[in-house]
Amino acid sequence: MRWNWEWRVANVVVRFFSRVGAPLTDAIVKFGFACRFFVAVLRHTPTSLLRFSLTLREIWFAGVLSVLIIGVSGLFVGMVLALQGYDTLVRFGASSSLGILVALSLVRELGPVVGALLFASRAGSAITAEIGLMKATEQLAAMEMMAVNPIARVVAPKFWGGVISMPLLAAMFSAMGIFGGYLIGVQLLGLDAGSFWNQMQSQVDFRLDVLNGVIKSAFFGIAVSLIAVFEGFDAAPTAEGVSHATTRTVVTSALVILALDFVLTAFMFRGA
Amino acid sequence: MKRGMIDFWVGLFAVAGAAALLFLALKVSSQSTQPASSSYTITAEFENIGSLKVRAPVKSAGVVVGRVTRIELDPERYVARATLALDNHYHFSRDSSAEILTSGLLGEQYIGLEPGADEHNLKQGDRITITSSAIVLEQLISRFLFSKAETAGEQAKEHTQ
Amino acid sequence: MSDALVQFDQVRFAYGDAPVISDVSLSVARGQVVAVMGGSGSGKTTLLRMIGGQLRASAGTVWVDGEDMGGLGEAALYERRKKLGLLFQFGALFTDLSVFDNVAFPLRERTNLPEALVRDLVLMKLQAVGLRGAAQLMPNELSGGMARRVALARAIALDPQVMLYDEPFTGLDPISLTTIGSLIRELNDALGAASIVVTHDVAESLAIVDYVYFLAGGRMIAEGTPEAVKASEDPFVRQFIRGEKDGPVPFHKPAADYALELGVARG
Repeated sequence: MRWNWEWRVANVVVRFFSRVGAPLTDAIVKFGFACRFFVAVLRHTPTSLLRFSLTLREIWFAGVLSVLIIGVSGLFVGMVLALQGYDTLVRFGASSSLGILVALSLVRELGPVVGALLFASRAGSAITAEIGLMKATEQLAAMEMMAVNPIARVVAPKFWGGVISMPLLAAMFSAMGIFGGYLIGVQLLGLDAGSFWNQMQSQVDFRLDVLNGVIKSAFFGIAVSLIAVFEGFDAAPTAEGVSHATTRTVVTSALVILALDFVLTAFMFRGA
Repeated sequence: MKRGMIDFWVGLFAVAGAAALLFLALKVSSQSTQPASSSYTITAEFENIGSLKVRAPVKSAGVVVGRVTRIELDPERYVARATLALDNHYHFSRDSSAEILTSGLLGEQYIGLEPGADEHNLKQGDRITITSSAIVLEQLISRFLFSKAETAGEQAKEHTQ
Repeated sequence: MSDALVQFDQVRFAYGDAPVISDVSLSVARGQVVAVMGGSGSGKTTLLRMIGGQLRASAGTVWVDGEDMGGLGEAALYERRKKLGLLFQFGALFTDLSVFDNVAFPLRERTNLPEALVRDLVLMKLQAVGLRGAAQLMPNELSGGMARRVALARAIALDPQVMLYDEPFTGLDPISLTTIGSLIRELNDALGAASIVVTHDVAESLAIVDYVYFLAGGRMIAEGTPEAVKASEDPFVRQFIRGEKDGPVPFHKPAADYALELGVARG
């Protein structure tokens, strides 16, 4: 009787580990492959940057085509921030600090983070789908057989196109957001334009706030672009495989952006 | 034709991105930390700095003239040593005094500089000798209560006599 | 070694423990067009990928123009692939490039020829497959047969010494089928190359090839000239060539007893 009970517990434990273990080892294997892939991309970077027209085309796809969604979202986020912030600040008689609130939130956090999230769902998914389809239709294999390395010709330009676009897009997001805050704060709620801008300028530090925001977005750009090209390259060469890979790009990017944001914030703004 | 279009739009994109960055740099933020080349540093020692932080402003007559760049404890005398970076445009006499003040009732703490009358000015690496520490609210309150109790005790003593 | 451009010596290949190719030997000389026939899943495509160096033999050696493909590093492998042309089953054209740019792709990537010369070469290759008029079309505007001819023009862009064809006849109408067939022969003779056609299309390939290998379950089970093959009394070859449903290759995949599985018989 007693032996039977212990045996059952042991059985449950074994089953638990075998069930958790397989996905875990799979995930580790995949992560290892991603690291090797990243090194390969870096190794083939000189070739792709020397032929800059390839990267230029990818900046067009990843960057230029994302401008509209980034700009409009930034504008609305800034407007909402101004409305909400005003509501709180006015209770403490500090409504003149609205500019500071809007600018700091955008430049430090929302610009890089929300910008990167939008970038992942707009450009990252497109990159994954394109590479995945090229794999599914044997275009990558054909390239390899023509003695052209697909990582140098296709993957590295897409990666760098994303990395270059991301900080510019994040800056546009922040700028549009601050403009949205100005529209609401000054034009709608009637704050003084001079104090709105002056307070903002005196309290937002270029190096600590703006530059750190740009550095953040550069990190996010690297992370999202790498995830996007990797998932495309790793996709199962079927219609279903490509659609799964696209989903994974968006989900993984979102998680990595938020986790990375925490780590970077802890590094940058701790002492201040 | 198509290639030229892409070049055009990417160029425009880069210009827009640069414009956004420039806007953030020039209109939204300011370079409040003075670059090392145009400032000189002096030190000041305080018995207690309260909640003074690195990067807190140094003001004279209410005008920001520098920043606190470093705060450390002197391990031998147990006093706080603050390093101040002052703008090269401003010069203060050697017998200037520094005190830690609070902007408003609950605002941030800063260092106020009160110029003296000495004809020699403070130079790079000099030390301000006349300082007064931060007012720590808890100490203030306990001192107040203590003196209150003291007077009450004396009054009671008088009463019994 | 003879003057064979492609030679397999007792080659074996396995994914993990599952053998895909066992003890295959074959050789293809310059000027020859050779067909490798076999049913689906007999390991034909694996054979091609080993010649291209995308897969490496688990045992034995794959010689291409006197060099062991299994022993090459990445740079040497890429250098060697310049001598190879592979026509993929569905063409694998780059969908974001025009027909012209597709054919120009290997020339632009692998040579430093001036653009004017590239243009002339591309038009010559397209002329060879009869599609010079389609140069400015995009791949999605082409029919299946045309796409495959464009891919063929792209594969011969660098004048390869070895041409590989992966199921070149699949899914084509009879006219395109004949066109591709005669193109394979003509190009091989014009290039002085060796061609390997992997196919299960019997009639079309027997008409153009010099020699035939039969592959079944990863083993080379028969070989010979088209005439010899047609006259062969080997049961497998006969089944394959005549397209009979049942024979050494059974119609039914091995399964449990039918009646038992339907539950009408008492176990």
